[in-house]
Amino acid sequence: MSESEGRRLRPTRRQVMETAAALAILGYTRPSFAADGPPAMAPLPPTDPAVANVPVRLTVNGAVQNLTVDTRTTLLDALREHLGLTGSKKGCDHGQCGACTVLIYGRRINACLSLTVMHDGDNVTTIEGLADGDRLHPIQAAFVEHDGFQCGYCTPGQICSAAGMLSEYKAGWPSLATEELATHAELTDAEIRERMSGNICRCSAYPNIVAAIRDAAGETL
Amino acid sequence: MKAFTYERADSAAAAARAVADTPGAKFIAGGTNLLDLMKLEVETPTHLVDVNRLPLASIEDTPDGGLRIGALVRNSDLAADPRVRRNYPLLSRALLAGASGQLRNKATTAGNLLQRTRCYYFYDISKPCNKRVPGSGCSAIAGFNRIHAVVGASDDCIATHPSDMAVAMQALDAEVETAMTDGSAQTIRIGEFYRLPGNTPQIETSLNPGQIITAVTLPPAPKGIQIYRKVRDRASYAFALVSVAAVVETAGGKIRAARLAFGGLAPKPWRVAEAEHPLEGSAPSDAAFAKAGEAVVAGGRGYGHNDFKLPLVKRTLTAVLTAATRAA
Repeated sequence: MSESEGRRLRPTRRQVMETAAALAILGYTRPSFAADGPPAMAPLPPTDPAVANVPVRLTVNGAVQNLTVDTRTTLLDALREHLGLTGSKKGCDHGQCGACTVLIYGRRINACLSLTVMHDGDNVTTIEGLADGDRLHPIQAAFVEHDGFQCGYCTPGQICSAAGMLSEYKAGWPSLATEELATHAELTDAEIRERMSGNICRCSAYPNIVAAIRDAAGETL
Repeated sequence: MKAFTYERADSAAAAARAVADTPGAKFIAGGTNLLDLMKLEVETPTHLVDVNRLPLASIEDTPDGGLRIGALVRNSDLAADPRVRRNYPLLSRALLAGASGQLRNKATTAGNLLQRTRCYYFYDISKPCNKRVPGSGCSAIAGFNRIHAVVGASDDCIATHPSDMAVAMQALDAEVETAMTDGSAQTIRIGEFYRLPGNTPQIETSLNPGQIITAVTLPPAPKGIQIYRKVRDRASYAFALVSVAAVVETAGGKIRAARLAFGGLAPKPWRVAEAEHPLEGSAPSDAAFAKAGEAVVAGGRGYGHNDFKLPLVKRTLTAVLTAATRAA
């Protein structure tokens, strides 16, 4: 193979990044096996006699899911490891980075800091549930339009957080950036930044993230 | 995380009994602080009593014109409540200055009051910490102590209480309603709710085992200007190095009443009568504000990295009082 052919065949770093980011937008990393249940694995003997397994029913992206989980299982681990929904990311696992942000009845939370058993009966929306078939959610489309990412790892959390944040704004909630608490403030860039401060982007794509949310706000509010 | 068993309580008294009667049991509400600590094995409960489904999530007007905030009201709902925004803007501001949108959606009023210190050594189970393992020693006193207390600390512990909300509650003279295991109620003034570390830094409040917070009540809205100012390393989503909650009423060019509470300074929300009383009846001046600042940190000391907090709190207080009395 000549050098020029090799160059042509190998994807550039930029192409790899773009593909990864596009997958992140969709929350797509590997096929979900939720419908068929988790893959068969030899059961592990309990290592601690106190290990307690509990049944939990969740509605995730519109589908009812019956699970049996160790009480320690966080909602994030249930989504990723039990349901194969790996769009929600584990960044810090301590509620500091926001990569795990999901919506419970439309309200954003850190899935890493919540036990699955505490959500028995709850309605969960993850990044996989935002698009309408092949039609991207307006916030997803805006992130593509504005290149609101680089590596894409924080993107599902950013998008779910933005969806929750725009609902909060629509409901008239103030933020620390709101000068007059009694009023429904305009959604300035300062407001967007303050309201999104629970989502960290190590690539520092913040200017484009703010631009994407500003645009999406115009469409969804 | 260590294994634990789990139950869901159906009444406050039943929850109180479950925790009092089960060794190693803890309540869980929002869980944003407890689960963080459990993952690090700083907290190792063997049984969790989930109180999230108790009917304690409403905010009600009280007959005397105050507000009764259910223990399970989420921080974001409390900050956004129109009555709180109108009558207790200090509380809204303090809540909005804390944590992130996601955490405020989960964190509860009672859980916020009971959150643990963010002392690095309390969080690091490889290091001695008297709060985590009584008698093991304090790593912070001669260690990295930039975020630590300058007043109210002891030779055993110099950790700070991390809450913003509790600082506002302190300035607003809130009361904490609790239920005992027999279902009876006990109300604790917030000034008596927190304990200083002394030689038992593992005991942080006056609650008995199993005693559960059911609500926080606020007296009618105070007259005057309310300000919450938080000084921190980042503009958002960071704990206070120093914070000031102030309710200041002025009349005829003089300060009529001043209520001042401080965060980031002490093992509990800090309030000093000697700082407030001399201001009452005096004309606003830098000298009067500086004197108040001296009283706030009287008897205090820095531990090296946190020495800056002593001048910082005085300057922050002067800035807050200047703003509060500008129209006087």
